[in-house]
Amino acid sequence: MAFILIFITAIFVNNIVLSQFLGICPFLGVSKKVETAIGMSAAVAFVLVIATLVTYLIQIYVLNAFGLEYLQTIAFILVIAALVQMVEIVLKKVSPALYQALGVFLPLITTNCCILGVAILVGNGTYDAAGMEHNLVTGVWFALCTAIGFGLALIVFAGIREQLSRMDVPKGMQGMAIALVVAGLLSMAFMGFSGVNNGLAKLFE
Amino acid sequence: MIIMNNIKVFLNGLFKENPTFVLLLGMCPTLGTTSSALNGMFMGLATLAVLVFSNLIISLIKNLIPDQVRIPCYIVVIASLVTILQMLIKAYAPGVDAALGLFIPLIVVNCIILGRAEAFAAKNGAIPSIFDGLGIGLGFTWALTLLGACRELLGTGKVFNITCFPEQYGALLFVLAPGAFIVLGYLIAVFNKIKKA
Repeated sequence: MAFILIFITAIFVNNIVLSQFLGICPFLGVSKKVETAIGMSAAVAFVLVIATLVTYLIQIYVLNAFGLEYLQTIAFILVIAALVQMVEIVLKKVSPALYQALGVFLPLITTNCCILGVAILVGNGTYDAAGMEHNLVTGVWFALCTAIGFGLALIVFAGIREQLSRMDVPKGMQGMAIALVVAGLLSMAFMGFSGVNNGLAKLFE
Repeated sequence: MIIMNNIKVFLNGLFKENPTFVLLLGMCPTLGTTSSALNGMFMGLATLAVLVFSNLIISLIKNLIPDQVRIPCYIVVIASLVTILQMLIKAYAPGVDAALGLFIPLIVVNCIILGRAEAFAAKNGAIPSIFDGLGIGLGFTWALTLLGACRELLGTGKVFNITCFPEQYGALLFVLAPGAFIVLGYLIAVFNKIKKA
């Protein structure tokens, strides 16, 4: 039951983009077309889950084991950068079709703050695990749900922007200004879910 | 002449290439930490400190690092500076640490810092790089402070904790997540208008 609770909380209640403000750069940058938005979401989901898995193991078996917690930021960002490179190389060899689809987005992901943000949250054990223990399984599940939430927000936003490009927008508001107001309205819609997790938690008890 | 050039580099970051309103870089901390004017200002100053030192160090070591591995080297420099800053803030200003939270370590992935390292510090000497860091950093700081002040005023009727109108007339929405997007959208529209005039 708690797994369902994490799923709903991470996707709707605490959406990574629209209420946590992580991963705004790709959210605004690659949301002009639904197709590219889907590619970006898939690439982020892929890297986010692998990165969380690896950084969690490093946190437990290297940083915590040797008392090096202060090196967390440096260690994590290097691991993520290396991982993105490795994923790119492996994907190129193993699945050229998938590489073709994700290729352009992979290098952009290194500086996507939702990857480092989720890695730090899981590494420190400060994410919302719905009353369960903070361990590898809930951490990776949380990362996967977060990635789905990122994809949902990105694809919905891209759909709206595709429609918006045909609209007659006042001159000063064209481009990023109107896109940000639309994102604000979308975020308002997601605010409707706030509190749902507490209600469900009571229901499951 | 040299002084004039440095002043030009400095002013460039403040207005013409303002990172928030013109280049649209570093959007995560811009939206995430501006629930009040003071928080926005602290985030801007923290970024300013990292930016000035990373520009200085990278402009000094740019000839020592091979071209192929320059980006990882820049990231290590930036991440070390952020770690130092994080420890200083934790030790001397725990209140700021609590308010900014996760966004302090995330300065590492702020595209402004890596962007200036690659676009300016890697091509220029130490002194102009410091001025560029100061200009862009202060441009970021005033943009965040303005955004924070607008949100705080509309949401709670206060600016820098000074009451302007009673709190019950404020719309809490502007302090919450949607307000960040909407206020920034309108500020960018105003900035576009001023720039054209």
